[in-house]
Amino acid sequence: MTSIWGVATVSEPLLRVEGLNAFYGSAHVLHDVTFEIGREPVAIIGRNGMGKTTLCVTLVGLTPPRASGSVRFLGRELLGRPPYKITQAGVGYVPQGRRLFPSLTVDEHLRMITGSNGGTWTIDRVYELFPRLAERKRHGGAQLSGGEQQMLAIGRALITNPKLLLMDEPSEGLAPTVIEAMVETFKQLAEEGLGILLIEQNLGVATSIADRQLVMVSGEIAAETTGTQLVSDPEAQRRYLGVEPLAN
Amino acid sequence: MSDYAATVRAQLDPTRILRLLPLGITLAASAFALVWVLFWAPHTNFGPAIDHPDQFFITLLNGIYFAAELFIVASGFALIFGLMRVVNMAHGSFYLLGGFIAYDMQQHMARGGDFFIPSSSINAWEWIVPALVASICIGALGLVVQQVFLRWNLGQDLRQALITIAISVIIADQVITHFHQGLARGLSWPGFIDRFVNLHAFGIQYSLIKLVVTALGVGVGVLLWLWIYRTRTGMIIRAGVDDRQMASALGVNIQKTFAIVFFVGSALAAFGATVVASQGNVATGQDGAWLLNALVVVVVGGMGSIFGAVAGALLYGLVFQFAASYLPTSATEYAVVFTFILLALVLGFRPQGLFGKPG
Repeated sequence: MTSIWGVATVSEPLLRVEGLNAFYGSAHVLHDVTFEIGREPVAIIGRNGMGKTTLCVTLVGLTPPRASGSVRFLGRELLGRPPYKITQAGVGYVPQGRRLFPSLTVDEHLRMITGSNGGTWTIDRVYELFPRLAERKRHGGAQLSGGEQQMLAIGRALITNPKLLLMDEPSEGLAPTVIEAMVETFKQLAEEGLGILLIEQNLGVATSIADRQLVMVSGEIAAETTGTQLVSDPEAQRRYLGVEPLAN
Repeated sequence: MSDYAATVRAQLDPTRILRLLPLGITLAASAFALVWVLFWAPHTNFGPAIDHPDQFFITLLNGIYFAAELFIVASGFALIFGLMRVVNMAHGSFYLLGGFIAYDMQQHMARGGDFFIPSSSINAWEWIVPALVASICIGALGLVVQQVFLRWNLGQDLRQALITIAISVIIADQVITHFHQGLARGLSWPGFIDRFVNLHAFGIQYSLIKLVVTALGVGVGVLLWLWIYRTRTGMIIRAGVDDRQMASALGVNIQKTFAIVFFVGSALAAFGATVVASQGNVATGQDGAWLLNALVVVVVGGMGSIFGAVAGALLYGLVFQFAASYLPTSATEYAVVFTFILLALVLGFRPQGLFGKPG
């Protein structure tokens, strides 16, 4: 089965993380994190300070001083490789807080990236997906609204032609209507065959994008559940996320 | 009426007056300097501008020409230190070594015997090739220094400073050992530009060489601007300066880009040295002087901005030339003091430099 993303095998997992440990100095942040994801969207949920963002930056090869274990992406080991190689291998990264470049315009954010990578995303296609950005080509990253900034952060990750989109709290600080539109975009991307690994605190967003939910507690994957289960189990929501249950 | 009195009283508040005092003194001093140069200037070489406008304009042109020299040398430093925030204290030694390499190359090409070669026997290639060879050699040296010593110490200012100071001392000593004991040597400009042209203003005959140097400075500035603001590499450089990690997480090999910047920045030190040594000479000791020049230009102009380096070089060049021309004849050697007054004023009122971004 060949999707437009150009990868044939279904049996091979997209991403297989095994026994991943990460340390900041002497602080042991990730403990033997092990999970596998395929083509379906997956969300990792958990409270603040549980190691979600550390997991994210370890997967893309940023900051953590020491990490051990294994991160295999399409059968290739990624751990210990420089971030640009990891991106070139097909992991697109949308960081927490967007991290746009203040010195670059919207258009330059997209043009600075090499593109190709054997995929179909082009600058024009990003502008098609987010017409709002096309109207703001010449604006600086800092002049955009929160939603537009998020569009740009997603757009520039897409231009690297990822097979897996890794997103760290994309709903953070956005208005509910903007979040709704964003969720629709993610669903559409997932339907087109893009793998999505979403790290979220907003249960509503996590469950509407992904059915499979991994719960992170104190640097470990403590449980796996599904969105449907989680939504109907207020007790689990309180336990895993420390939030008041979803009102529905 | 009492409102007005209250306003006046608030304006005369002693703390407010004290706060505005430095600004007031600066403005008064600037106004005095302007009046001095334009209308007064007793006991100086030329007298006030109103009596001798030709000398005023020559000083102005000389200031711009000196600014062009400063800019060519400092632009490399602005890239490496201002933009990439790598403290490269070896920039002056790169300049020194580059100047001597260019000199030896010109001697070799023009079959000189380590003597000054008159311009008339130098053709364009015998200047351009030495300039390019020196630039490429020093660019390569800078690249090696960055790859071997500096890329492991990103963001560690003190280590970078100590490493590059060590390198600069080694280079300076090696120059003395291998290049004419480090004694002053001057290149020659190609003969066809070594003449004076009539500017058709106040009867000024002005050196074509100085005009060419000014044009070279403008050319370097325009090329750098196009590179940083109009090419993909430039976008990556700016993105990498903003957030190195994020840029690499977008599939960009930021180390490769920074290596290119280091090559270009170092090469510009050598190109600048070729220009300056063709006008005067290159000699041991100039490494420190030109590192300081570059530092002043970048600090005055503000880190991280090509416009900043242009503004810094212009201010420095003009202040120096006007001080040299319009100080009383007995005090012209104090002209260099004024460049440090400029530095102190800019740091006092705008610590991030004229075009620098705070933080």
